[in-house]
Amino acid sequence: MPTTSGTAAPPAGQGGAAPRRAAETSPLDPREQRRRERLSRRYRRDIRWSPYAFIAPFFLFFAAFGLFPLLYTGWAALHRVELTDPTHMEWAGMHNFSRLWDDEFFWNALQNTFTIGVISTVPQLVMALGLAHLLNYKLRGSMFFRVAILTPYATSVAAATLVFVLLFGRDYGMVNWALDAIGIDPIDWQNGTWTSQLAVSTIVIWRWTGYNALIYLAAMQAVPGDLYESAALDGASRWQQFVHVTIPSLRPTILFTVVVSTIGATQLFGEPLLFNGSAGATGGADHQFQTLGLYMYEQGWVNLHLGRASAIAWTMFLILLLIAAVNWLVSRRLRKSQ
Amino acid sequence: MTTTVSATSPPAAPAPAAPPPARKGRNRAGKQLHGGWITYTVLIVFTVGSLFPLVWTAIAASRTNTRLAETPPPFWFGGNLFSNLDTAWNDANMGAALLNTAVVAGTIAAGTVLFSTIAGFAFAKLRFRFKNLLLMLTIGTMMVPPQLSVVPLYMVVAKLEWTDQLQAVILPTLVTAFGVFFMRQYLSQALPTELIEAARMDGASSLRIIWHVVFPAARPAMAVLGMLTFVQAWNDFFWPIIALTQTGNPTVQVALNGLGRGYIPDQSVIMAGALLGTLPLLIAFVLFGKQIVGGIMQGAVKG
Repeated sequence: MPTTSGTAAPPAGQGGAAPRRAAETSPLDPREQRRRERLSRRYRRDIRWSPYAFIAPFFLFFAAFGLFPLLYTGWAALHRVELTDPTHMEWAGMHNFSRLWDDEFFWNALQNTFTIGVISTVPQLVMALGLAHLLNYKLRGSMFFRVAILTPYATSVAAATLVFVLLFGRDYGMVNWALDAIGIDPIDWQNGTWTSQLAVSTIVIWRWTGYNALIYLAAMQAVPGDLYESAALDGASRWQQFVHVTIPSLRPTILFTVVVSTIGATQLFGEPLLFNGSAGATGGADHQFQTLGLYMYEQGWVNLHLGRASAIAWTMFLILLLIAAVNWLVSRRLRKSQ
Repeated sequence: MTTTVSATSPPAAPAPAAPPPARKGRNRAGKQLHGGWITYTVLIVFTVGSLFPLVWTAIAASRTNTRLAETPPPFWFGGNLFSNLDTAWNDANMGAALLNTAVVAGTIAAGTVLFSTIAGFAFAKLRFRFKNLLLMLTIGTMMVPPQLSVVPLYMVVAKLEWTDQLQAVILPTLVTAFGVFFMRQYLSQALPTELIEAARMDGASSLRIIWHVVFPAARPAMAVLGMLTFVQAWNDFFWPIIALTQTGNPTVQVALNGLGRGYIPDQSVIMAGALLGTLPLLIAFVLFGKQIVGGIMQGAVKG
C-alpha cells in the first residue's frame, strides 16, 4: 500500500490528519499556498479525466477494428468489390442483397447453419448440465475429471477437425470400424447430408461440452444449500430437487450459455472448412455441410466477391440480432412468470 | 474455489419425520454427499471420450500413412513418431509457425490483460459521466460477430501491406469487451473502495493507484484472463486464415490448414502436425489444469 507517497500533503499543525481543514485554519506562506493549489488542480484534473484515459484503449481499438469495419461492411455490401483490387468499389445498390434472396446456396447454407447449430448445441448443453450435476457430488479425483473433460477446449479447431476427419473416414475410420463390430454397415460420413452434419456437430460437441459443464458447475455451487434442505423436507426426490431447485437457480447461467452457443453456432467456420479435406470451402461435394460463415468465405476469398461476402456478413448480423431479440423476449417472459 | 457447503449447518432440529434414506447430491442438512458408482462410470466414459481423440492423434502420428489406411485402425503406438514430426516440422514450417503463434498469443494475452484491467478498474471503481452508457456499449460489442468486420479489415490490412505480417493478426484483438467486463466484475468485488480512497488521501495519482493498488488486487483475475485469452488466441482460426494468406508467415492453425489441404495428404504427418500444434497447450493443461479450471469457473460466476 502506497503510504510512502512523497506527494502527500504534509500534516499541518499538530492534528495533522485532515489537510483541507488545516489549510483553512492555519495561515500558510504564499509559496506553500500555490503549491497546494497546483496539486489540487492536478488532482481534480486527474480525477476528472483519467477514467476516460483508462477506458480509451478499449474504445480506440473497438472503433478501429470493430465499429469502423462494421459500418464499412455495410457500405461495401452496397458495392461491387473484388478481392483482386479491394480499393476499387462500384456502386451496386441492393444488388448484393437481392441476389442472395434468389441464391439457393445461401438458403442452403442458412438451413445447414440452423440444423448443425441445433444438433450441436442442444445435446452439448444437456450433457454439460448432466455432467455438472455429477461433478457436483463429492468425488475422488474430482479435479482430474474436471481437467480431463476440459482438455478438448485446449485443442484448436484445426487439430480437432483433422483428427475427426480420420476417425470418421469411410473406409478405414475408427467410427465405422466400431459400428461394423456391432453389425452396422459403414456410413459415408462425409458425403451424406445428415451424417456429415452429425459429424461436424460431433466436433463442436466434443470441444465445448466440458467447458459448459464447468460453467454450470460453478453456478450450481453457488446455489444455497438450504434450498435443497427445504426441498428435501417437503419430500422432494433427487430428480425433483434437480428440476425444481437446480434448474431454476441456474436459469440465468443456462440463458447465458444458450446465447453464447448460439452466437458460436452462427459463426461456425473452421469445422466445416477442414472437414471437407482438400476440397475447399464448398462444405462437401453437394454443399451439404456448408455453413453461412463458410459460404461467406467462399464468396469473398475463393470467388473473390468481397461485396457479396459483406452482404452475407450483414445478413448474418441481422439474423443474430433477431435471435437476440427473441432471446430477450423469452427471458423477460420467464422472469415475469416466476 | 468455494463450495457453498456451510460449515455451520444447523444442528439437526427435531425432525418432524424420519429423514429419508441418504440421497446423493445433498442430504437434508444441505451437505454434499458422495457420488455412487454410476456417477463414476459416467464420468469415466466422458473422460475417455474427451481424451481419446488426443491420445489417438499421438498414436496416428507414430504410424505410417499406409498403416492408417488399414482395418482395424491402430490402437497402439508405432515407431514412426519422430520421422513424422520431422516431416511436419519441415514441410509445414511448423517451427516458424509455433514461434509465430507464441508471439501472437503472448502479445494478445498481455495486451488484453493490461488494457482490460485498467478499463475494468475505471468501470468498477471510478466515477465519470456516461459511465453506464459506455459500459452498456462495451457489453453490446460482444454481440458483433467477427465475420462482420473481416472484409474491411482485410482491405485495411491489404492497403497497409500487412498481409502475412503478424501485426495483422495481433492488432484487431488486442483488447476485448469480454476482458473489460470480466475485470470489472472481479474488481468491483475484490477491490475495496476504501483502499483507493486511502491511497487518494495519501495523494497518490490515478496511475500510482493503478500500479500499487489495482494491479496487486487484480492479479488472480489477470492470470485467469491471460490464460483464457492465450488459449483463444493460440487456437484462433478464422481471421489468421484470411490475414495470413500466403502461408509464408503462418500461425500454427494456418500451417495445419495448409497441411490438411495437400493433394496427396500423408495422414500420419498431418497428425504429427496437429500434435505439435496442440502440445504446448496440453503441457500447460497438465501443469496448470487446476488453475485453468478454477479460472473458468470463477469467470462463469462473476462474469
